[in-house]
Amino acid sequence: MTSPIRVLVAKPGLDGHDRGAKVIARALRDAGMEVIYTGLRQTPEMIVNAALQEDVRVIGLSILSGAHNAIVPRLMELLREKDMTGLVVVVGGIIPDEDARQLKEKYGVAEVFQPGASLEEIVNFIRSATQQPA
Amino acid sequence: MKLRAAGTGERRCESMSGIPLEPYYTAEDAAGMPVLPAPGEFPYTRGIHETMYRGKLWTMRQFSGFATPEETNERYRYLLSQGQTGLSVAFDLPTLMGVDGDHPAAAGEVGKCGVAISSLADMETLFRGIPLGDVTVSMTINSPAPVLFAMYLAVAGQQGADRAKLSGTLQNDILKEYIAQKEFLYPPRPSMRLVTDVIEFCAREVPKFNPISISGYHIREAGSTAVQELAFTLRDGIEYVDWALERGLKVDEFAPRLSFFFNAHNDFFEEIAKYRAARRMWAYIMRDRYGARDERSWKMRFHTQTAGCSLTWQQPYNNVIRTTIQALAGVLGGTQSLHTNSLDEAYALPSEHAVTLALRTQQVIAYESGIPEVADPLGGSYYLEFLTNEVERQANEYIRRIDGMGGMIPAVEQSFPQREIAEASFRYQRQVEKGEAVIVGVNRFQSEEDERIELLQIDDSAARRQQERLAALRRERNSARAESCLGRLRKAAEGKENTMPHILDAVKAYVTVGEICQAFRDVFGAWTETSVL
Repeated sequence: MTSPIRVLVAKPGLDGHDRGAKVIARALRDAGMEVIYTGLRQTPEMIVNAALQEDVRVIGLSILSGAHNAIVPRLMELLREKDMTGLVVVVGGIIPDEDARQLKEKYGVAEVFQPGASLEEIVNFIRSATQQPA
Repeated sequence: MKLRAAGTGERRCESMSGIPLEPYYTAEDAAGMPVLPAPGEFPYTRGIHETMYRGKLWTMRQFSGFATPEETNERYRYLLSQGQTGLSVAFDLPTLMGVDGDHPAAAGEVGKCGVAISSLADMETLFRGIPLGDVTVSMTINSPAPVLFAMYLAVAGQQGADRAKLSGTLQNDILKEYIAQKEFLYPPRPSMRLVTDVIEFCAREVPKFNPISISGYHIREAGSTAVQELAFTLRDGIEYVDWALERGLKVDEFAPRLSFFFNAHNDFFEEIAKYRAARRMWAYIMRDRYGARDERSWKMRFHTQTAGCSLTWQQPYNNVIRTTIQALAGVLGGTQSLHTNSLDEAYALPSEHAVTLALRTQQVIAYESGIPEVADPLGGSYYLEFLTNEVERQANEYIRRIDGMGGMIPAVEQSFPQREIAEASFRYQRQVEKGEAVIVGVNRFQSEEDERIELLQIDDSAARRQQERLAALRRERNSARAESCLGRLRKAAEGKENTMPHILDAVKAYVTVGEICQAFRDVFGAWTETSVL
């Protein structure tokens, strides 16, 4: 038996709409993953520290406020500084196509899930992304 | 209740709140039907006015705000020129969270979800050329509500408007922030004190302004059922009444100005039942629980907004149809004002084209459909009366449970409503995953290629302009005066007096939203919630 995938579900920025983050956290837990939910209003620094301390393989960010272009690049930069680029970072929320492409190609986000993405799709993606060697 | 033919197994046979549904309803199911009082009569199940929309149509009030005060001012003037009848201000997240546009926490958020307002100078620009004595203004703001309200009053004063005639609505509903939307700054009790300060101030000085809009909308958006939305909202209302009475106000001094705000979601009949049940429940609460004597205290007035969370990213034009059906539910339920969402709002704040179409949706219902001619046209439908009774029964059950916990504040502290909502939203998501709940274009009837729509883009220049403006303001204002206003405000917060007059003095001295909220934070402390999954 391999140990369960550990995932940090994080809600950065000022936005308090946590319905999506909570639903995802429960779905990942039901799929057998170990989920740590940061709670609201976390800075990129707080999220990276939590990821380090909790020794997670995956960070899932939920952003609905349109602040993704400020938050995600900063978080990816911190991961590089701390030599944590092996982590799989996924982002969910209201992210326009053009921004989603840029977050993936330019900043190294593994996947962006837009509204309407199914829980199954997200679970499967995390499973397959964590199977590859870091 | 007698058993009827079972559902065919494949079809969904319960309401969105999980009320089991029969294939049809009879007079037997609609207990109390023969004596249902007419519209305009207690307990107002059928509406608060006898002639309803014949006397006055609902107010068409599109919630709007983006980027800088200049750009939003332009949008307001456009909407008014297109026949919109009231304004509704959407603030950006930094403003909602009581931080100024030049604060590090505001990075990437300025002007994104609404208009950035940090000081009275911004508010002056926002309402330039809009006569506040004539146009009713609704402001969606909660923790910093007293500050933004004070700025509005200051601008109205500059325009020469009579405070006693100003009309509009301040959301100012902090309880649903702890329950659902999570835009809170201070712990519940000092927050409730600030809410009560505004209610008291309005009762004395701005008597035509609604000092609070007790909101189920956000509770529903967070994933609650219709029954939970109704129950938690009315229980919040009870809490505000208790606090105002505790302050020494008489119930009929403030209750006529309590207003409500509900969601209009997809389950057409259940939504109409919810509005009818809400009016009836509130009428009984006010008359029997509080002994209110003024009829106006018994009459629940509410705003409705169609369900943002029902909008889909896929096949966005379907959103126009969803919104139309939801808007119809609001109108058939007797709403006093209505916001219809725009088709592009699953992506972004609405473009001018999209918001115009959303307004036209209301105008078609109002002027072409014939629906507004007769009050409560669905009253007497066996099904609707059954649902109204059932929604009311289940909501009252929740209210009794929360009473048993000692009220909404202990309930919130124990995460009771938060947990109920998280359960309901997870259950619904599961139904979507299994295809039991159908979302056209998402889990059924998908298309290969989605239609492209044009979106409103807000670039970072808004943030830059806002920061420059703030830097100039801090440089140019009389800083000694600003400091002394802040000092007096802090002192008032530490004591028991009403903070509103001090907030007014401070905003007139161009003290910013962030500075005032920080002063309150210094006195009251900050609130962080225990997250429940």
